[in-house]
Amino acid sequence: MQTSWIPFVPESASTVSGSVDALYFYLSGVTVFFTLLISGVLIFFVIKYRRRTPFEIPRPIAGSHKLEMLWSVIPFIIAMSMFAWGAQIYFQNSRSPKNANEIYVVGKQWMWKIQHSTGQREINELHVPAGRKIKLIMTSEDTIHDFFIPAFRIKADVLPGRYTTQWFEATKPGTYHLFCAEYCGMNHSGMIGSVVVMQPAEFDSWLSGNASQQSPAVAGQQLFQSLGCVSCHGANGEGGRGPALAGLFGRKVFLTNNQTVIADEAYIRESIENPSAKVVSGFSPIMPTFQGQVTPEQLIQIISFIKSLQITNSQSSTPISNSPATAPAATPAAARATPAAK
Amino acid sequence: MKAFETFETPTAARVNYINAEYGLKSWLLTRDHKRIALLYLGSISVFFFIGGLYAMFIRLELLTPQGDLLSSTTYNKVFTQHGIIMIFFFLIPSIPATLGNFLVPMMIGAKDLAFPRINLLSWYIYLLGGIVTIWALLAGGIDTGWTFYAPYSTTFSNSYVVATGAGIFISGFSSILTGLNFIVTIHTMRAPGMTWFRMPLFIWAHYATSLIMILGTPVIAITILLLAFERLSHVGIFDPANGGDPVLFQHLFWFYSHPAVYIMVLPGMGVVSELIANFSRKNIFGYKFVAFSSLAIAVFGFLVWGHHLFVASQSVYAGMIFSFLSFAVAIPSAIKVFNWTATLFKGSISYDTPMLYALGFIGLFTIGGMTGLFLAALAVDVHLSDTYFVVAHFHYIMVGGTLLAYLGGLHFWWPKITGRMYPEGWGRFSALVVFVGFNLTFLPQFIAGYLGMPRRYHAYPPEFQVFNVLSTAGASILGVGLIIPFIYLLWSMRYGKRAEPNPWHLPGLEWRTPSPPPTENFLATPIVTWEAYEFAPPEEMEVIGKFKKQELEAVGGEP
Repeated sequence: MQTSWIPFVPESASTVSGSVDALYFYLSGVTVFFTLLISGVLIFFVIKYRRRTPFEIPRPIAGSHKLEMLWSVIPFIIAMSMFAWGAQIYFQNSRSPKNANEIYVVGKQWMWKIQHSTGQREINELHVPAGRKIKLIMTSEDTIHDFFIPAFRIKADVLPGRYTTQWFEATKPGTYHLFCAEYCGMNHSGMIGSVVVMQPAEFDSWLSGNASQQSPAVAGQQLFQSLGCVSCHGANGEGGRGPALAGLFGRKVFLTNNQTVIADEAYIRESIENPSAKVVSGFSPIMPTFQGQVTPEQLIQIISFIKSLQITNSQSSTPISNSPATAPAATPAAARATPAAK
Repeated sequence: MKAFETFETPTAARVNYINAEYGLKSWLLTRDHKRIALLYLGSISVFFFIGGLYAMFIRLELLTPQGDLLSSTTYNKVFTQHGIIMIFFFLIPSIPATLGNFLVPMMIGAKDLAFPRINLLSWYIYLLGGIVTIWALLAGGIDTGWTFYAPYSTTFSNSYVVATGAGIFISGFSSILTGLNFIVTIHTMRAPGMTWFRMPLFIWAHYATSLIMILGTPVIAITILLLAFERLSHVGIFDPANGGDPVLFQHLFWFYSHPAVYIMVLPGMGVVSELIANFSRKNIFGYKFVAFSSLAIAVFGFLVWGHHLFVASQSVYAGMIFSFLSFAVAIPSAIKVFNWTATLFKGSISYDTPMLYALGFIGLFTIGGMTGLFLAALAVDVHLSDTYFVVAHFHYIMVGGTLLAYLGGLHFWWPKITGRMYPEGWGRFSALVVFVGFNLTFLPQFIAGYLGMPRRYHAYPPEFQVFNVLSTAGASILGVGLIIPFIYLLWSMRYGKRAEPNPWHLPGLEWRTPSPPPTENFLATPIVTWEAYEFAPPEEMEVIGKFKKQELEAVGGEP
């Protein structure tokens, strides 16, 4: 059983679990204090002022503005200290570190499918190295799930049609619970697994040990070929009838409706499934939809491939340098367009 | 009062609202708010019993880590139906529709609610909603959780989602009509001299509750309609596969369902204000603060729904705003707890059953409220949301809070409602059993929750078993504690000691009329010359609830 040396607290195995526990202890302390204070005073009054004769009428007491202020302001200050502390930890953890290793998670009724960036696949198990930052990029094939690792004190919903992320850095080798924490139907309580934290060296040999599978980026490249993406976007994402994809990920994209969007996972996914929703400025909405033809996992592979595309020297004159000549169907607007998927 | 020359204590008025008319028809077509309250009392008791049976199956299943008693499909239906029945058909109508219906007109000196026919209609609507829901449960049940989260509810569940939703949709109108009736009654039908700040706090609490019922309930109705529409016609509203947004559902759902928590607990706070003041014979400490804190809760309660979405991919900044507001809404509740405690200071406190329930309420509500702060604190909520900590927290509010207040209020006004006393010894004993059983059931769940046990799990890792065994043991004790009053209250309706008009010697208007009251509530329209909870000197207190002989004879009262 995974418990820490402190009673009633689960094992603490990530860099954030200590800070969450500290706040939890503060909250517990305040709760115990006020519960004892109120029930103590209550019991004292109830005994001291018990009715002694059947018709005694105590003197009325009107109330006191000073006391009301006191017991409004003090709880408010305490509540604000809890708010600030909780918000501070939450805000710090909300941003994933830049240098984190990415692992893809797909939830489906009722299993967790996990793929490492090297191609290693796992089901209901997640192997991670201790002491390295891990970022989970998560989506669902069907309904809402939730990826919950109590020992790390992290949890985030996994939604269909969206990519949610959470990150952690495990501190202690061991095996920990992985739970689905959002009710997802019949076998919800079977959608569990384990997180295996290994020493970094051990993890590296585990990872290379049976790396027979393709990395998501390589699998994505094959899909890019077989689905015919290359005919418009170029074999290396250099662009053509469609916008260039190299160097796209994370950049700002100008759209035909004069708006901009950041090219993140959700945008690339939307552009594959519903291409006419946000068309890159300077291009026509000619791309067919791939909705229903690619699974959420294949989408992740294609996104992973697009992420891996770097700008090579031969592409250095693509619209990034704002040279209108290279943009097909060039219009003045195209000059403003950074390369984007479509 | 001193104007009366001769006073008589009628043991029971010869003609009262219960025996004024006989026959089923006289009950089913009644417009008397007191009879409608009894109709509600009967029907919500049936729903409470059904919900309790589901709870029993949940606790039996969780006694062992394996999912062995029920299949996972059945278990999912059982916890869903426990939630739906208890929330929509017991907790929401419990205090307002029974005690509120009975007492709102009596406490302000009115003959009835403003719209007696609408009051009866609201009961029929409630009953229709209940019957549709029960039909859906018998036909095949529902397994979405009481929260109906999309897209599971719109696309993946193969259960009776639309039919159950229809039942809840219908019963919502009963809430709206009751709220409307209370607001109009409180505004327009107060007796001469019953100013706003002479009203008992029970009335203030019901006024605040009514505001939420009217403003919030239409939103859940819209949400259920959209859900049914998507499920039947596959228009993409919530399911991303059709272009919808599942988080939109959560926003809409909690926009009603968080304020609904206050629909459940505010009337309980009103009851407890009455019990604390009356059984310590003291005016409430800081009357206006307690009254306005009810309104503050009703208003700010509408601004905190996003704290249910801290891990649902809501924006970080929205999360911080909702966290701040959730902490802020805790303050009015804290003010109430402090004022109740201060009311006891230098009081004359009796240990009658209703007071035991009220004291239990304050203790358990304090724990329930304080553990709510854990869930408002963002970083801790990330770990705790959807675990048993949440389950324990809201049961402390709804069972430790609302149910205890309901039972306390039922005992308190039982002599007025039925004209009979309940057996005091059994009452105190069962209050103690309920308190012990409740804590044993739900305290261990806080611990299991922080250790990481997710809610809605049919089977669970064996290390959580010890907490579940304690919980099941507690639930058995709690069950016994609830069956005892059920039996003796029924028994007392026939065999209980006859109640005086004012058995507790209290100044409130509802005690200045025979028990049970006549159909018109009062022998003559009361004129209020005293403040709320103004306890007169003993010699005058003895007079309250006694009547001039001529007055009694006029209505057929029996000295």
